[in-house]
Amino acid sequence: MLNLLIIVLIYICLFCILSLSLNLIAGYTGLLSLCHASFMSIGAYTTAIIMTKFNADFLLVLLLSGILASFFGIIIGLPTLRLKGDYLAIATLGFGEIVVNIIINWESLTRGARGIHDIPTAKIFNYRLMPKDAGILSKVIYFLLILIFLVLTYAFISKIIKSRFGRALEAIREDEIAAVSMGINITKYKVFSFAIGAFFAGIAGSLFSIYFLSISPGNFTFNISIMILCIVVLGGMGNNFASILGALIVVPAYYIPQLLNIPFIPPQFNQIIFGLILVLMMIFRPQGLLGRKKPDFERIIKRKSFFIRSR
Amino acid sequence: MFNLSLQELLQHLINGLTLGAIYALIALGYTMVYGILKFINFAHGEILMVGTFISLAVYNVLCSTATSGMMIIVFFIISIIIAMISSGLLGVVIEKIAYKPLRNASRLAPLLSAIGVSIILTNLAQIIFGTKDQRFAYPYNNDPFNLFGISITPTHILTIIVSLFLMVILKFFIDKTKLGKAMRATSENKRIAALMGINVDFIVSLTFAIGSSLAAVAGILYALDYKAKSTMGLLIGLKAFIAAVIGGIGNITGAMLGGLLLGLLETIGFRLFEILVVSIYSIFGKSITGIPLGLKHMVAFSMLILILLIKPSGILGKNVREKV
Repeated sequence: MLNLLIIVLIYICLFCILSLSLNLIAGYTGLLSLCHASFMSIGAYTTAIIMTKFNADFLLVLLLSGILASFFGIIIGLPTLRLKGDYLAIATLGFGEIVVNIIINWESLTRGARGIHDIPTAKIFNYRLMPKDAGILSKVIYFLLILIFLVLTYAFISKIIKSRFGRALEAIREDEIAAVSMGINITKYKVFSFAIGAFFAGIAGSLFSIYFLSISPGNFTFNISIMILCIVVLGGMGNNFASILGALIVVPAYYIPQLLNIPFIPPQFNQIIFGLILVLMMIFRPQGLLGRKKPDFERIIKRKSFFIRSR
Repeated sequence: MFNLSLQELLQHLINGLTLGAIYALIALGYTMVYGILKFINFAHGEILMVGTFISLAVYNVLCSTATSGMMIIVFFIISIIIAMISSGLLGVVIEKIAYKPLRNASRLAPLLSAIGVSIILTNLAQIIFGTKDQRFAYPYNNDPFNLFGISITPTHILTIIVSLFLMVILKFFIDKTKLGKAMRATSENKRIAALMGINVDFIVSLTFAIGSSLAAVAGILYALDYKAKSTMGLLIGLKAFIAAVIGGIGNITGAMLGGLLLGLLETIGFRLFEILVVSIYSIFGKSITGIPLGLKHMVAFSMLILILLIKPSGILGKNVREKV
């Protein structure tokens, strides 16, 4: 039972990182990305491949995974982000398909559809972690490790949102034309937002592969992207805390029947629920369960630094 | 090095035209809806899938009672018509439930709702029709015949004729009839169209009905040669959307053109690319037999990026300046 609890907690933390990063892209900047699982897979495969080939420090590999994912985010973002959001959704969907295709077809690097199953355990500052099956303590260590990164992600994204950069993103979401006329370079900001989101998705993928020690293309399907999107929409787009709340609701609902081996629920049932969440939330409560806080303009204007900068 | 004979080229041309005609039929649905509501009907591919499965079910049930070859062909036509009607209805119902309440919402809302609908449809289809691939038993003798060394199957001819026929009818309907005129007016400006006495809700429903029934036909034609499965809607819908973008989204002729172009690029273009890659490898003294077929999907996607970079409004699209 305790075992199960920790597994679910680990899943929740992973999905919190993913949904926070998607929230930055979709919630704050208003760009619909449907390939978040692909960024995750890029991070996971980078980690898996480097860890199996070289005896590198995990933190370094983690950073590299994030950077590579964000590099792909920029590649996909640059041509499409200059256009309206609808095109971006389709382009990201296509990008997701392509990533899966490349992973399946590039057998010499990724071992194709079978996946990589002999990832060594992580080594952090010369301290080697135990595999997850080594007992409850090792699971707790992994949980703490992932929790640390969740806190870091939350802090970083919250910090960004409150800065000038975050206000620019929200301006773009509200009205692109108005944002341009205020002197915001919208393509630059959109690409940055995309790259940062992809970076954290890559980090989450890396953590995923280091916990499970075996990955295959089936772990990063379109369904996972939809699940992340669902978490963000359910909690409320453009609210970091809401993303975490969404993950706390959706992830246990998704994994507990699976982990408890409840047989009579078909696997498609969860997906139907996700679809219903998307449709019903859009119709009845588009701001999500929590909604988003209105920016406090008075406080922003009163801040002295703002005046100095605007002169 | 370049072992591409004229026969092979023509063979790819035929295959490409067949595939392109199917893409064109689906792209019409995307482009019509985009023209009127200015949003991507993400569930279009799934409507196609549902239509295909309905037709398969009807066809299989009817065929078990068939006694002669003629009857099977009649049943095939009946199953197509039933699939067209039911997926047309499905399209209208989806519009009423999931899109209509969101007509004045933010830009992201209908898109998210459409994604939700498409997930629901895919998974419901998996529960109802199963996850196995299904296939039409050809209602006619599908032996290919040889024409100047190219093998052409009756399915190729059927696909091209049926899609051309439907496209011509649609073009006539939009350009010449009163309803078509109302449709064009609605896509121009919804509010002024309503002021002119056009029932905008009805026109939107009609658009969805037409687009969805065309998609059902396309799905059936696709399932004749390829397989029908519950996840087919995603990829084929994506490609058809790209075809619509290539042609210029919102433009009916553009969708037809874009579909044919994409079909040709996926066959001839992919083969040429393969030859290029093989010969590059042979320059470096390595020999490979070909590149994985899975990479075929990349053709459509790279076309999307390319067209968005060069001419975002598509081949036939008008350049629209965004105004405040």
